[in-house]
Amino acid sequence: MLKLEQLSKVYRGGKKAVDDLNIEVEKGEFIAFIGTSGSGKTTALRMINRMIEPTSGTITLNGENLMKKNPVALRRSIGYVIQQIGLMPHMTIRDNITLVPKLLKWSKDKKDQTAETLIDLVDLPRSYLDMYPAQLSGGQQQRIGVLRALAANQDIILMDEPFGALDPITRDTLQDLMKDLQQRLGKTVIFVTHDMDEAIKLADRICIMHNGQMVQFDTPDNILAAPANDFVREFIGSHRLIQNKPSAKLVDDVMIKPITISMEKSIDDAILTMVKRRVDTLFVVDGKEHLRGMITVEAITTNRNSTDTVSDVMTTDISAVHTGTKLQDTVRRILRRNLNNIPVIDEERHLVGLVTRANIVDIVYDTIWGDEETEKAE
Amino acid sequence: MADMNTFEQFIYYLSENGSYVLILFLQHFLTSIYGVLLAAIVGIPIGVVVAKYGKLAGPIITIANIIQTIPALALLAILMLGMGLGRPTVIVAVFLYALLPIIKNTYTGITNINNDLIDAGKGMGMTRSQVLYMIELPLSLSVIIGGLRIALVVAIGVVAIGAFIGAGGLGDIIIRGTNATNGTAIILAGAIPTALMAVIADIVLSFIERRLDPVKRHKKVATPEVQSLEN
Repeated sequence: MLKLEQLSKVYRGGKKAVDDLNIEVEKGEFIAFIGTSGSGKTTALRMINRMIEPTSGTITLNGENLMKKNPVALRRSIGYVIQQIGLMPHMTIRDNITLVPKLLKWSKDKKDQTAETLIDLVDLPRSYLDMYPAQLSGGQQQRIGVLRALAANQDIILMDEPFGALDPITRDTLQDLMKDLQQRLGKTVIFVTHDMDEAIKLADRICIMHNGQMVQFDTPDNILAAPANDFVREFIGSHRLIQNKPSAKLVDDVMIKPITISMEKSIDDAILTMVKRRVDTLFVVDGKEHLRGMITVEAITTNRNSTDTVSDVMTTDISAVHTGTKLQDTVRRILRRNLNNIPVIDEERHLVGLVTRANIVDIVYDTIWGDEETEKAE
Repeated sequence: MADMNTFEQFIYYLSENGSYVLILFLQHFLTSIYGVLLAAIVGIPIGVVVAKYGKLAGPIITIANIIQTIPALALLAILMLGMGLGRPTVIVAVFLYALLPIIKNTYTGITNINNDLIDAGKGMGMTRSQVLYMIELPLSLSVIIGGLRIALVVAIGVVAIGAFIGAGGLGDIIIRGTNATNGTAIILAGAIPTALMAVIADIVLSFIERRLDPVKRHKKVATPEVQSLEN
């Protein structure tokens, strides 16, 4: 879909920022450019929307040579998210989100509708549309920054270290959100970062750059399994290489069957189920086994008198992982977000399993003593 | 009139010549406004150009600075040699004095805008003029108004001196007072409205300036209840 061929950028004075870069990106792929500072990753990214003009080489998008296209029209068709967020302080959130549609002269109704649809995607209330960027926190601002890049239905989104300036917890949430949006909307994302964890977590393929040249371009698993040279090995770090030994498991291997309750049941039913099954958390599902929310014993005790059905007291804001996710990512998320458990869902949001802290203890136990026991048994 | 104290004389003068003072007040004000408007029409575009092409900034601001250092009476005298007596000469003098604050503030306003905003704007596909009209001018508006405020206050002072070369305005009354015996009350009748005009112009424009500041404007409306929604 997007093809960079022999792309080079030589600055005055002969410094080669990008040297003979050849990359082909498929539609719907999440690509990360990673490298140390000065490796040319940002320059490479900015040549795609011609914020920097290449010295030589061509970029083609669906067969069309971008070098021949009007740069202004090109940029309106490519989403762009920067580290510094760059929301316009004098415009409301609504105007910020619909900035590109405004440049494309969409009607007011269409713009308003777009703004409302988009803000729902990132779990911010619609009342935020009429606020100004200064009233939002950094994480919320960058969510708007991401939405702005989606507003005109751009197929490709360029992101220049978008989450680099955020605190670790917010960054983690936004990474999940971005990955989810990218998969749900089928966008092609090209992402610059210097954080290997971020690249491994998000990218379908990683392009490692060093001194303007591409050192390795492959899937995270392949890079971790077979680093191209010592630079890559050093860059990704030995601890990650070990992590990715064949022992790596998927959530599917360890998840247990969650205790569920349907939405219309009463709170008394929920308590009975909890007592009977000896758990403190129930997952709320609808008739088709779609995950709708969860209900904890704390929520019940605080809401006991005011409401009576499960759907009234359940929390809908839950962090879930998809089937096929690596266990190490899941464990990291549980630890970092301080969750007690994390539900596993499939593509259609059917609840299929649950990973709890007890599972983690089992895994740790297995890795430390598991081998000994099998030896003894022999 | 001899049995009245200065204040009573001042009130008496105003009550007898109220409409005359008012006419001169308006004339004075309009002369200042004309000069400043002219300077704004020329100075704001110059400021924008200078901000875009950094190389021009040094020479142009230096020239404007030099004009600023010439004493008002001297500048009026020089202009009078070329243009003769009358109001147009004073308007030109006001124009020259107003240029520096207007150019300088426009330049500062635009160059102080965070580069990331310009980068984001261009990256989303704004043309150069859209960057100017949608980002740079709105964001530097309050600083530009600040320049106009300084220019207008200076202009009101220059026009008062302009009465010496026949520009009219409240300066006329002041000069008449200085020529009359015991003319303190007449001087006050010219000086106090002039001072008031300058102070009011300053207050009104600084109010507008603050209202247009994009950062300060929204501080007060921040709603605390939304904080809880952040993860």
